[in-house]
Amino acid sequence: MSTTNDAMPVPRSSMKRLPMMDLWWLPRALVLGLLAFVIFGPLTNLVLWTVAERWYFPNALPMSYGFSFWARVFSPRGNAMEALGNSVLVAMLTVILALALAIPAGFALARLKLPFRGLILLAFLLPQAFPNLPVYVNIARVFYQLGLNGTILGVVLVHMTHGLVFSVWIATAAFSAVDIELEQAARSVGASAIRTFRDITLPLAMPGLMASAIFVFLESLDEFTGSYFVGAPDINMLPLLLYTASGGGNYQIASITALVLLVPSIGFMLVVERFLKSDVLSKVGH
Amino acid sequence: MSHRPLSLLLVAPALAVILLLFVVPLVASVVGAFEVGDGFGFGNFVKATELYTQDAIFTVVIVSLSTVLIGLFSIAIAGYLTLGENPRTVAILRWLYRWPMFIPFIVTGQVLRTFLAKNGLFNNVLISLGILTPVQAESFLDWRGIVIAFVWKQTPFVTLLLAGAMASLDRSTIEAARNLGASRLRILFEIVVPQVATTLLVGLILSFVTMMSVLSVPLMINAQSPTMLTTDIAFRINAYGDYGVANALGLVSLLITSVVAWIYLRHGVRKSL
Repeated sequence: MSTTNDAMPVPRSSMKRLPMMDLWWLPRALVLGLLAFVIFGPLTNLVLWTVAERWYFPNALPMSYGFSFWARVFSPRGNAMEALGNSVLVAMLTVILALALAIPAGFALARLKLPFRGLILLAFLLPQAFPNLPVYVNIARVFYQLGLNGTILGVVLVHMTHGLVFSVWIATAAFSAVDIELEQAARSVGASAIRTFRDITLPLAMPGLMASAIFVFLESLDEFTGSYFVGAPDINMLPLLLYTASGGGNYQIASITALVLLVPSIGFMLVVERFLKSDVLSKVGH
Repeated sequence: MSHRPLSLLLVAPALAVILLLFVVPLVASVVGAFEVGDGFGFGNFVKATELYTQDAIFTVVIVSLSTVLIGLFSIAIAGYLTLGENPRTVAILRWLYRWPMFIPFIVTGQVLRTFLAKNGLFNNVLISLGILTPVQAESFLDWRGIVIAFVWKQTPFVTLLLAGAMASLDRSTIEAARNLGASRLRILFEIVVPQVATTLLVGLILSFVTMMSVLSVPLMINAQSPTMLTTDIAFRINAYGDYGVANALGLVSLLITSVVAWIYLRHGVRKSL
């Protein structure tokens, strides 16, 4: 799992160069080609929409191409820049808050004696274990009374609660994957518990913690339901903009917004295994 | 290292957040489901049953079907990644399968909304391959669109978990079975999958619940009746401010997931409790 394949050629063109030693290359190439179409077909369609000036049925491809919709989305008066700014701000605040809570909790769950450890770990799964929608609806009701509805803080609080699922579980797994003998060795040569944590445990768990930070960031960036009930219409965010544009039949603006949301996600996908090694993954849920 | 007060202190803030911002609103939604006027009763459920029984069934069928498909595809992909003997195919597959994983649901909705539409790339490719005529082209933006969106988005997630668990398995039993002449398919289902069953179950349950909560996909792909309960809940709030029926529908979806959570508790977490 640890070696990724950066120099991998584009799959569809590389199929011709598959070894033809046995007859199995044909079904293999067919299945891979089909999979490539299933995965990249929809993405291609999205990219086409971002540069389509006019595209009506039954034309298979856009009738004219251009970037006028890009100019419209990113114009200073357009609300995409405001939405982007709000989305990034909320995501960063969510990461800071979630990790500040998850690192101590994850360490305690992985290393310290804790009564009801299994139940506590399960409690952090709650936001993932129950449908969120009824919860968001009722949070929005309470936040409205508290004046938190339609504020950045309100949205951050909602995102953070859900972010704790990933951050606590991955932090616990990351701390569990650290070899306990290294800690014991440090302690036996006289290092204090805090020093051992700072110099041994934390650096070794760092890749897993980074992964959980990126998870929380992306979760927040992409979150729709909570922002829809707690943030809208006062706080404009990218997913809300995408939804409104798509609902209004403006596929170009919706697709451009979708592309902006895609870039950080795809970037993370390409590097995720550097952070999230299989030794940490196999500890998730244990 | 075993100071109980300290360990509780470290966990308490995070636990408090979950309690205040998740458990309390969750309880409020359950209580709210029974609030009728000034008192309590089953009025909301009567109304919900009258209006949305079909949608509840629709939701269960769609999410269950998606879960089964996600399970099958992820076993197939993770299994090939673990047992595949053609290194180049394994490498391409590993590079390929993960793409949809981090694509947000809302973007998945938009992407597939354009792809599966009557004029989408899917129909256009079938037409240009001569499989369909333009007259036969139809929109897939109904229940099929929702299932495709869920499977497209969630399969890589379960596959990643599964492939990780398979990679850390002891290879010697696999090699031994291989030397004895067992087929790879047999090794996959008799040796590999049973050992990673817990991981598979966790991944599928997380996906099930995620699909039960996602509002954006049904909203963007198929908001007409019959639709999913999530869309109905949002509609009750936005159109009528009707928290009673919305909470009743919320409780129905909670009950559906509780069945799944119960399976998880029985099989998944028992070891670590």
